[in-house]
Amino acid sequence: MSLDSTDVQKIAHLARLQINDADVAGYANSLSDILGLVDQMQAVDTANVEPLDNPLDAVQRLRVDSVTETDQRDQLQTVAPAVELGLFQVPKVIE
Amino acid sequence: MFDKTLAELAQGLTNGDYSSVELTEAYLARINAEDSQYNSFISITDEQALSQAKVADAQRAAGNAGVFTGLPIAHKDIFCTEGVKTSCGSKMLDNFVSPYNATVVEKFNSAGAVSLGKTNMDEFAMGSSNENSFYGPARNPWNTDCVPGGSSGGSAAAVAARLTPAATGTDTGGSIRQPAALCGITGIKPTYGRVSRFGMIAFASSLDQGGPMTRTAEDAAMMLNVMAGFDPKDSTSLDRDVPDYTADLSQPLKGLKIGLPKEYFSGDLNPSIAASVQSAIKEFEALGATTKAISLPNTALAVPAYYIIAPSEASSNLSRFDGVRYGHRCADPVDLEDMYKRSRGEGFGEEVKRRIMVGTYALSEGFYDAYYKKAQQIRRLIRQDFIDALKEVDVIMGPTTPHPAFKIGEKTANPIDMYMEDIFTLSLNLAGLPGMSVPCGTTEGLPVGLQIIGNYFAEAKLLNVAHQFQQATDWHQQTPANISTSGKES
Repeated sequence: MSLDSTDVQKIAHLARLQINDADVAGYANSLSDILGLVDQMQAVDTANVEPLDNPLDAVQRLRVDSVTETDQRDQLQTVAPAVELGLFQVPKVIE
Repeated sequence: MFDKTLAELAQGLTNGDYSSVELTEAYLARINAEDSQYNSFISITDEQALSQAKVADAQRAAGNAGVFTGLPIAHKDIFCTEGVKTSCGSKMLDNFVSPYNATVVEKFNSAGAVSLGKTNMDEFAMGSSNENSFYGPARNPWNTDCVPGGSSGGSAAAVAARLTPAATGTDTGGSIRQPAALCGITGIKPTYGRVSRFGMIAFASSLDQGGPMTRTAEDAAMMLNVMAGFDPKDSTSLDRDVPDYTADLSQPLKGLKIGLPKEYFSGDLNPSIAASVQSAIKEFEALGATTKAISLPNTALAVPAYYIIAPSEASSNLSRFDGVRYGHRCADPVDLEDMYKRSRGEGFGEEVKRRIMVGTYALSEGFYDAYYKKAQQIRRLIRQDFIDALKEVDVIMGPTTPHPAFKIGEKTANPIDMYMEDIFTLSLNLAGLPGMSVPCGTTEGLPVGLQIIGNYFAEAKLLNVAHQFQQATDWHQQTPANISTSGKES
């Protein structure tokens, strides 16, 4: 599988990553190399193999739906880029 | 005094040979004087360290000291530490002063440990050389032209340079074991889920595992006694009893069955690393162990499967860095999408962007079955290889890395060259098994690591095997030639 510059731009958009124009060709090369490497997997017959997503076959642990944390909003917002009235500020979304 | 292990320093504190404040001052002075050569620390937390040391001395004076009270360590900068910058090696988090502690940090604080600072690392733990750090590469104390390995390169370099007696690390594909091997120290990656991931900044959640990086197996056992245990705040934490990892260190190895996978002794393996590992195995035979040739036939598939699974999980985990709630935000965004894209484009380095894109592609519509699902199927085959092999033998041994430490810049041109350095370590993370690296030789003045792999929850066995090896050999006591270990006890 080989990717070109248009593919890289499209993937970067999906990932919401700005990639400088000068770097696009380099990424196309390295991503193509990586996909070439991972294509070794395609030679293996895995028709009857269940995918493994947790190495210990653990399942999601559930807890009682009760309040366990106190309000730490002020403390957590000390590291926010922009806050007003306890809300995170972002550029205007709706005109 | 800088050549003392954690166990020896604990004894010194108990004997009253020095106080924790004296010990902490001595290590801080050494870091401040010498770390410019190694760049192993991102933050040195003098003030917090001394205040922790004072509390520790007061606890001791009151007769309330535990094993770890007053012992200095360092934390990889992936572990959130309240009130201290936690950068994860990234520009994205250069301004992030964590409002809370990781569970691992909390456990060391509760045990009375002193944190000297936060160690350098590859950005978001993605790398095998520490060259992907926003703060510049850490350097290998055995040869400062060489990499210390990665991603826990700063922790390994700091322990090897005797700037801290021990440090925490994390291992997603070899990030404890590979730098431990390259810097001539001891490191263990526990069974997946044994050490809490809460507050350990996520890279690939089904693979990430924290662990100790130390000078000896005995010290690693002491560290793991603090670190391991169930944490309700980590959804994949194991709710299972934790043994005293120091209890079985002295068990003799007579009758130990060691499996030697043929796939770990072939291909692109440096011949003098192979020779060092073979000598180590002879040493185990002298200690009463027997060996058996085994096969892990899917070993070569670990690299391809890992480079789908890890980037896929990373692309999901790192979507949280969007410039909204914390971390880097670009200047003057015109709209929300511009803010996301530029904040992420500016905040992440090259390799992190590359892996996010690989993962985004692998998870995108139409490609999921061919990449992610296929990799998860191969993951099961790799795990089955180990399950079958560990029915026949107690532990598996081989080299930790195919090559010794390489020169800074030598493998940065082609990412795949770098990825192949982890060929012997990645498969354990895919299988979730514990593994360890201990020094077993040198080649051209650089350390060689022996990897010891055990069954699920067999950390105590690995530590026992490593400790017995370290009682019979002195590779772990070797010090880089330019390192001075003397120093007045302040």
